[in-house]
Amino acid sequence: MAREGLGQSAATASSGVVWWRNPTIRGVIAQVVVVVLLVAVVWYLVHNTITNLNERSIRTGFSFLDQEAGFAIGEALIAFAPTDTYGRALLVGLLNTLRVSLIGIVLATLLGVVIGIARLSSNWLVAKLASVYVEVTRNIPLLLQLFFWYTIVTQLLPAVREALEPVPGVVLSKSGLQFPIVVGDPTHLPVLGVLALSIVAAFVYRRHAYRRQRETGQEPRLLWPMLAIICLPALAVFLVTGAPLELDVPEFTRFNYRGGASVTPEFLALLLGLSIYTAGFIAEIVRSGILAVPWGQTEAAAALGFRRGLQLRLIVLPQALRIIVPPTTSNYLNLTKNSSLAVAIGYPDLVSVGNTTLNQTGQAIECISIMMAIYLTISLLISAFMNWYNRRIALVER
Amino acid sequence: MAHATANAEAGRSDEIMVDLQRVNKWYGDFHVLKDVSLTVRRGERIVVCGPSGSGKSTLIRCINRLEEHQQGRILVENIELTNDVKNIEMIRREVGMVFQSFNLFPHLTVLENCTLAPLWVRKMPQREAAAVAMKFLERVRIPEQAEKYPGQLSGGQQQRVAIARSLCMMPQVMLFDEPTSALDPEMIKEVLDVMVELAHEGMTMICVTHEMGFAKSVADNVVFMDQGEIVEMAPPAEFFTNPRSDRTKAFLSQILAH
Ligand SMILES: Nc1ncnc2c1ncn2[C@@H]1O[C@H](COP(=O)(O)OP(=O)(O)OP(=O)(O)O)[C@@H](O)[C@H]1O
Ligand SMILES: [Mg+2]
Repeated sequence: MAREGLGQSAATASSGVVWWRNPTIRGVIAQVVVVVLLVAVVWYLVHNTITNLNERSIRTGFSFLDQEAGFAIGEALIAFAPTDTYGRALLVGLLNTLRVSLIGIVLATLLGVVIGIARLSSNWLVAKLASVYVEVTRNIPLLLQLFFWYTIVTQLLPAVREALEPVPGVVLSKSGLQFPIVVGDPTHLPVLGVLALSIVAAFVYRRHAYRRQRETGQEPRLLWPMLAIICLPALAVFLVTGAPLELDVPEFTRFNYRGGASVTPEFLALLLGLSIYTAGFIAEIVRSGILAVPWGQTEAAAALGFRRGLQLRLIVLPQALRIIVPPTTSNYLNLTKNSSLAVAIGYPDLVSVGNTTLNQTGQAIECISIMMAIYLTISLLISAFMNWYNRRIALVER
Repeated sequence: MAHATANAEAGRSDEIMVDLQRVNKWYGDFHVLKDVSLTVRRGERIVVCGPSGSGKSTLIRCINRLEEHQQGRILVENIELTNDVKNIEMIRREVGMVFQSFNLFPHLTVLENCTLAPLWVRKMPQREAAAVAMKFLERVRIPEQAEKYPGQLSGGQQQRVAIARSLCMMPQVMLFDEPTSALDPEMIKEVLDVMVELAHEGMTMICVTHEMGFAKSVADNVVFMDQGEIVEMAPPAEFFTNPRSDRTKAFLSQILAH
């Protein structure tokens, strides 16, 4: 009889058990108490802060966002001048953070997967080099690594005059990296449109190929047909419209290279530091994910006659990915949050711009809450995306 | 052809399915297989036994190239195992294998476990592959588990799925490596029953096992291995009642004492 109280609430409550021993009622009371305490603490803090700020006659509120910033920002993805507002300055900082994080995530993933697989290589030297990479990058503080890359870029690279040109048109020097870009042309628009349609078509083809396999048993060939579907139509349109391709190549003028696109030494150092550091962690995740799939799985697949590529694709990778994706998500989040170390080498990311804003306006609470809210939003978005991906690959097992 | 029909009742013929000719294998300095020769004809059932570490697993794993031998020749259906990947894949399609630890694919349902190889390796349409799979799942008496995942099944059920998964590839030979050793006693019988049935249907089988009851009831020949050598090979009646070598006698007295 006593046991039923755990599962059934109202029924047993009315059938003789004293109400303060009923677990459901206890649960509700506990939650009410917690909420009341929380509200009290928050109210106390807010009230106290506002009173203090009023006493010292410091302004509150977010109206400062509309005021003129008055400072310049070293690099911006959208036009920015000191006469623009603080709001726009913070937006520039946010875009810079997003830029370095997104490119960093892509680079760290590529590098991490390669190094992780290299550690499993049967080639002794390759495996050893990969494990040295992992141990070095994971065991030196990121801030130090950022200083290291910043020093390399700004001190050890040659001056602009003797810039390195590893590939014609790509220029590497103390003042950053400059590379050619395609000059926009009105006919590029239809080419891009066709490219977008072709990508959709390629995925339609993929579904079709799998359906054909189910119906006729014909093995789906994916790589080359999909590449062809994506590239050929766009290439055809490009050629038909007269192939208007003009490259804006950096060229040496009197003092420095002009033209092309460029990234600053700060961006380069931050990007290198973040990607190389995070790749060390991702490599370990990839390695342990692959090792976690028992060898017996590969043997069973081999015994059934699967060729090597299919063994990996159909049996090992689906199992390894389930182990790899969740910790990789937290490394993506770490990379994004670590990008705030940009402030140490002078890359104008969100924290750097936010900090300047804070110092000029004195509105610490507002500035810090804005930054926290933005990082929280970015992190939640990344988590949401990765959780969606994880659900897609992690089907039920038991 | 004349005496092939004479044997047809038992599913046997003179056609050689698996032929090992003086096979040698080393792990580093350790000589695991020493001049092993064995001929298995279509429909023949071979039971391999011997003490732990004698090379039984290594022997049958060489037949489908999960292990590589260094000397001698191995022929399956008259195709010689070479380093040619195409050759190896061709032989693996004809040779089914059941492992001690089942090795089902945990991310796929029972039915998908059974249809994956027919679909991708035999290039069979899905509908046909599913029909074949259901046929063999019925044969091993678990059609009702088709939609479950391996993790939801008992050991005995998993091993029967593993047998069905191999059979779906329509192999010419089945290799078993201690298929009941990882099972609780009450589940051993359900797996052995399936294997006995398979033997009666005329499947060519090479089976590493210490289930002497199984050997007595279905084996055409029992092979005794010790220290990498085939010490003795005889039909079960002779093997169990009148073993020739002392090593066999010692092994039998140990195993039958249990
Ligand atoms: N990969 C390997 N590297 C080195 N030695 C190995 C390897 N695999 C097996 N051996 C050795 O080869 C010998 C034969 O192994 P095998 O697994 O074939 O024995 P077995 O007869 O199947 O024994 P068991 O009854 O324990 O399964 C053993 O002594 C084992 O230690
Ligand atoms: Mg063994």
